[in-house]
Amino acid sequence: MAFLALDTLTKHFGSHVAVDRLTLKVEKGEFVSLLGPSGCGKTTTLQMIAGFVEPTSGGIRLEGRDLLAVKPAKRGLGIVFQSYALFPHMTVAENVSFGLEMQGVAAAERAKRVGETLDLVGLGAFAGRFPRQLSGGQQQRVALARALVIRPQILLLDEPLSNLDAKLREEMQIELRQIQRTVGTTTILVTHDQGEAMALSDRIVVMNHGRAEQIGPPHETYERPATPFVASFLGKTNLVSGATVRPERISFAAAGLAGTVRTRIFQGNHWLYQVDTADGLVTVIRQNTGEAMPGEGAAVRLAWRALPPQSSGEVSASSRTEGS
Amino acid sequence: MSRNGPVALVYHALFVTFMLAPIGVVCWVAFTPEGFLSFPTDRWSLRWFAAIARYPEFVSAFWRSLWLGALSSAIAVAVSVPAALAIARHRFPGREAFTALFMSPLMIPHIVLGIAFLRFFTQIGLGGTFTGLVLSHIVIVLPFALRLTLASAVGLDRAIEHAAVSLGASEWTVLKRITLPLVVPGLASGWALAFINSFDEVTMTVFIAAPGTETLPVRMFLYIQDNIDPLVTSVSACVIAVTVVALIAMDRAYGLERLLVGRGNHGGTHGR
Amino acid sequence: MRAVPYLLSLPALLLFAGVVVIPLAMTVVLTFHDWGQYKGIEPVFILKNWQEVFGDPYYAEMFGRTFRIALIVTVLTALLGAPEAYILNRMKSPWRGLFLLVILGPLLISVVARTLGWALLFGGNSGLVNKALMSVGLISAPIPFMFTETGMVVALVHVLMPYMVLAVWAALQRLDPQVENAAVALGAGPLTVLCRIVLPQAMPGILSGAVIVFALAASAFATPAIIGGRRLKVASTLAYDEFLNTLNWPLGAVVAVLLLLALVLIVVGANRLVERRYAQVFG
Repeated sequence: MAFLALDTLTKHFGSHVAVDRLTLKVEKGEFVSLLGPSGCGKTTTLQMIAGFVEPTSGGIRLEGRDLLAVKPAKRGLGIVFQSYALFPHMTVAENVSFGLEMQGVAAAERAKRVGETLDLVGLGAFAGRFPRQLSGGQQQRVALARALVIRPQILLLDEPLSNLDAKLREEMQIELRQIQRTVGTTTILVTHDQGEAMALSDRIVVMNHGRAEQIGPPHETYERPATPFVASFLGKTNLVSGATVRPERISFAAAGLAGTVRTRIFQGNHWLYQVDTADGLVTVIRQNTGEAMPGEGAAVRLAWRALPPQSSGEVSASSRTEGS
Repeated sequence: MSRNGPVALVYHALFVTFMLAPIGVVCWVAFTPEGFLSFPTDRWSLRWFAAIARYPEFVSAFWRSLWLGALSSAIAVAVSVPAALAIARHRFPGREAFTALFMSPLMIPHIVLGIAFLRFFTQIGLGGTFTGLVLSHIVIVLPFALRLTLASAVGLDRAIEHAAVSLGASEWTVLKRITLPLVVPGLASGWALAFINSFDEVTMTVFIAAPGTETLPVRMFLYIQDNIDPLVTSVSACVIAVTVVALIAMDRAYGLERLLVGRGNHGGTHGR
Repeated sequence: MRAVPYLLSLPALLLFAGVVVIPLAMTVVLTFHDWGQYKGIEPVFILKNWQEVFGDPYYAEMFGRTFRIALIVTVLTALLGAPEAYILNRMKSPWRGLFLLVILGPLLISVVARTLGWALLFGGNSGLVNKALMSVGLISAPIPFMFTETGMVVALVHVLMPYMVLAVWAALQRLDPQVENAAVALGAGPLTVLCRIVLPQAMPGILSGAVIVFALAASAFATPAIIGGRRLKVASTLAYDEFLNTLNWPLGAVVAVLLLLALVLIVVGANRLVERRYAQVFG
């Protein structure tokens, strides 16, 4: 029996179908990402688990119990909101302590656990500050501490890193991954950033128009996308000679598809090429190994290893890969 | 280093003089030692401030204005909080019409409201009563109260309340520990703005106040209609002093600009 | 669930239905009642009061004066207030905050006290304003201010100026300062920047300020009553006289209802115009 089970979960807003028969099983301790463009239904799914949106049909079970019968305040989930939603009139410590107070934890125990959790996120020295005195990254950590301190059965993360700048986001990804490994809390992340989803998750649910297009581990989903949407959403693709090929799988070779380099862009650790071929414009990514590379206008030949043929796009076909 | 050139600064100085001159001149004349209107230069006196005490109708009108403003503003805030929540958080048929109705006292000339209230209160037996004054003042200050309560209701991030719920807080706890503390600054400034507007109102009140229920501005207005003497300048100087103190306090507490322009973004996150 | 917003609005709705809508309706009804010196108000339906107001040129002259004064006051506040808002906007803190307080603060000071100040400054022919103007050589003979339209206009410009500065200030706040720099970088001189970049963007603020000032000037009461005295009447002081001196309430109600109708038409019309003109740029 799965730890958390969503069963044909559906939400209609009037005539608009936000989430369409989503079925998902999450194991204890697993980190699962709901990935998709805005409006794909990922946030609505999260809000149904949290209890802020009521499903039109379908069920949610946590350890076999019907979660929909439990009030939002009693679900015992830790949530990190996109806007962080820190209580602006409370200090960092008061923010983190709030959930424990609601559980009726004694003051001494509260202080101890607040201290431990703030240390875990590296904010032990900021307990007395108010949220507006903190940087964006620090506020993000407070929100995480506030959600973790109640020892939630599930941690829900709603685009938690989207308000941070690129460098900080990368740092926080690593830290989030480490913290989740340390405390072992089952985690569901909602994000539109495929890099973030792949970096953090055990499994990814790629969603589009309210449906799960594919559910699987990051590497497998990237290498063997079930649908054209999944293929293009997870990374750059080329369609050459009827096959879908990732740009980094194409190499310059002695024999193969003939072409001319139209543009060459240096990006530090790799080169990005646009090559004119008989099959159209092909994007090529080559690792920067320090060796000389073809320049603009050079005649080249392209060789590649194609992705496996696309399946019909049935979710059921791919969800068999999930160990249920 | 100012970005304004000398011409602009001269203009600015003249403008500020224009704005302050009539207010300054009232306070200046109030200190005259003479028995008639004059601008004191070498001799100053507080005799006309002392004289206020001998005119009980000014003193009682002052206390009545204070009480009227406090009471009607408090009721206006209490009525506008649920209305603001409805307007800020729900999309429902009639929402725009309701908002327009509640804001309408800003657009209807106070002279018209005064006439309407005079007729209405006379008909229903509230003519010249304090109850009538309170009812009418609630209506005219409600737009000010509503504007600021609305700003704080809109400015409140719904996710903050959701966060509290997810941490196990009951609806009552959320209201008491999260929602109210976050909207109280907005409510307080809404009350203050409503209070000042009630305290200064003269056009409408002059119609519905009777000799026993005159407010301070009405008493001053009627007094000036008969004659202008140093007494009314000293009363005005007191009113100006009270307003200036309240003004500075409000500016410190909330920011006058935000109060008047009506932008409510308190509790925002100012990172980095 | 669907009733929630209505329940929340109910207290305010009841209050406004009872204390705004009904009294206004009663006032409209009142305009059709008859009135006599000895019989008082008679609840009949006649058009006598409307005919009197439309027939007697005295009322046309009085309404003409009311709206003429309001228009002049509006134009003057715009011409004087908009540059000041711009100057304020270019100031650095703490001066900016301080002068904003000084200029907007009078808004909250009793209009009776402020008008009293002008009455003292005008003070007959030997008032301070005339002395000051003559000493700098702007005028050779004293201008009569008390009991004249000139005096009313000056006092009303002062009383209503904060509304204009506030409206223009709010519009300038939304202006991206980089846009001015962009124009300068493209070779525009200060005057060009002002006319081509700043003014067009401040225009919605000037217009919305103008609508507010016009409406308040046309319905102002305390200032015209104190400066104009018993002789020089505008719509609101006339209505006041009919109600509290002559006691001809139906006639006073006609004047008030006409003033309200005219203002609603002008304000709604002007707002439409402003919105249509600027919706595409600032929507």
